[in-house]
Amino acid sequence: MSELLQNLIDGLGRGSIYALLALGVAVVFGIMHLLNFAHGELITIPGYLAYWAFTNDWTWWALAPAIIVSAVLASLVIERIAFSRVRGATDFTMLLTSFGVHFIVAAGFLLYVGAGVKQIERPGWFANTVSLGSLNIEVFDLIVIGATFAVLGATTWLLQRTMFGLALRAAASDFDTARLMGVKSDSVIRGAFALSGFLAGIAGVFWIMREGQVTPSAGINPMLQGVLAALIGGLGSLRGAVLGGFVLGLAEVLLRSWLPVDIQNLTTGFVFVMIALLFIFRPGGLLSVPQVERV
Amino acid sequence: MLEVSGLTTTYGAIAALRDASLTVGAGEVVGLIGPNGAGKTTLLGSIAGLLPISAGTITFDGGDITSTAPEKILRSGLALVPEHRRIFADMTVEENLKIGGITTKSSERAQLLDEMADLFPVLRQKWDTPAGYMSGGEAQQLAIARALMSKPKLIMMDEPSLGLAPILVDLVFELLETLRSQGRTIVVVEQNATRMLEVADRAYVLRSGEIVADGTGQELLDRSDLFDTFVGG
Repeated sequence: MSELLQNLIDGLGRGSIYALLALGVAVVFGIMHLLNFAHGELITIPGYLAYWAFTNDWTWWALAPAIIVSAVLASLVIERIAFSRVRGATDFTMLLTSFGVHFIVAAGFLLYVGAGVKQIERPGWFANTVSLGSLNIEVFDLIVIGATFAVLGATTWLLQRTMFGLALRAAASDFDTARLMGVKSDSVIRGAFALSGFLAGIAGVFWIMREGQVTPSAGINPMLQGVLAALIGGLGSLRGAVLGGFVLGLAEVLLRSWLPVDIQNLTTGFVFVMIALLFIFRPGGLLSVPQVERV
Repeated sequence: MLEVSGLTTTYGAIAALRDASLTVGAGEVVGLIGPNGAGKTTLLGSIAGLLPISAGTITFDGGDITSTAPEKILRSGLALVPEHRRIFADMTVEENLKIGGITTKSSERAQLLDEMADLFPVLRQKWDTPAGYMSGGEAQQLAIARALMSKPKLIMMDEPSLGLAPILVDLVFELLETLRSQGRTIVVVEQNATRMLEVADRAYVLRSGEIVADGTGQELLDRSDLFDTFVGG
């Protein structure tokens, strides 16, 4: 029982980061049908900033906001330089563009910073745990889960209660009709990228803290987890993306604990098998909503 | 108020609309009629800025709106109720209306929401319901109310009675009368040609992408050569 609880908390912690990444992927996909394979760069770029700041003796208190701000800026700049040029192009063109952005950013760091692993020191409390009965809970997990729920709450408020949120949802549901209502396409797309960058920034703080290092290809894993989680939840559904993130995190942790010791290394493989099974039975993901025209 | 001159819109090599010209004066109700594929929806989409046009000019309220973004055209006071209503299905009735009023100030928006709830009682009943759960007639009323939220000087409607039960078609035409009595300028695309001509001040007849006739409702009703157009042939 206590082992299960322990795993659930670990899984929620892991899933929280995936949920934030997936939600960012889903927001951008919803608005312009771009499956953004460059989403991980919103972790790589702040990661190098974190490395630079760390070598200049910044504390994590200063570093965390800097990571978030740089992720938002990176998201906006990438939209401006790359994605704004392929608006309205086929999904495939946009997908390739996002791959291109990933390779250019990775190559840039490779050329100008080097291929080596750059270490970033974790905060002193990182490995601390608190005991709750027989449970040993990592402080890191508690902070991640708390911060994620706060951010998800704020994002829900933004989407439900503000005109920007309504415009974003309307544009995601039917872009042309939203423009007919006066929703400005530039503003709503930039807003979506800013929100996506903000969510990636929050996730990035924890991702970078946990990894304690950055490399030119550091963005690949967070991008894959974010895209996978969004697909699991059902692309186009924001709730689905969040759910997908938590499901993915829990699946990883629970599988690792249930699998016999000698095949634990295959956890990721088993996760992919489960995802394949999910797509056989629900090709649209967990929360895919069929669009029916009512008369 | 609206002046369209020599408008041509093509899809690939096919001209869906050729050299179309029309005018709409303030306070007029103008009908666009003609069979399927005549180019009526293309004409409205081109005016609203949704479709790239190949030739021609469009002026509205004294300003040139040719090849302007739809969100700018809406801001100049020209609204379109699109074909198939295109309501935001997973948003509530209230949220749909708020989006319609996104260009207005928030105090004004609140007042407009009240007006719409009075004008369309069925919307008030379904205020917090996701719009996707509404019937076709209710959705059509929402689509029209949503367009009215921007306080348009001219409102264009694409097939507002399409797919509706006869009693709801009556409702749509009653609504047109109500809007006319409020002094609004309206352009309506209708399949239901005879009925439209009875309501409209003037109308244009389209066939195969061209405007083939225009005149007052009665003038057009009297032209026997257009009979097949009216019955949708």
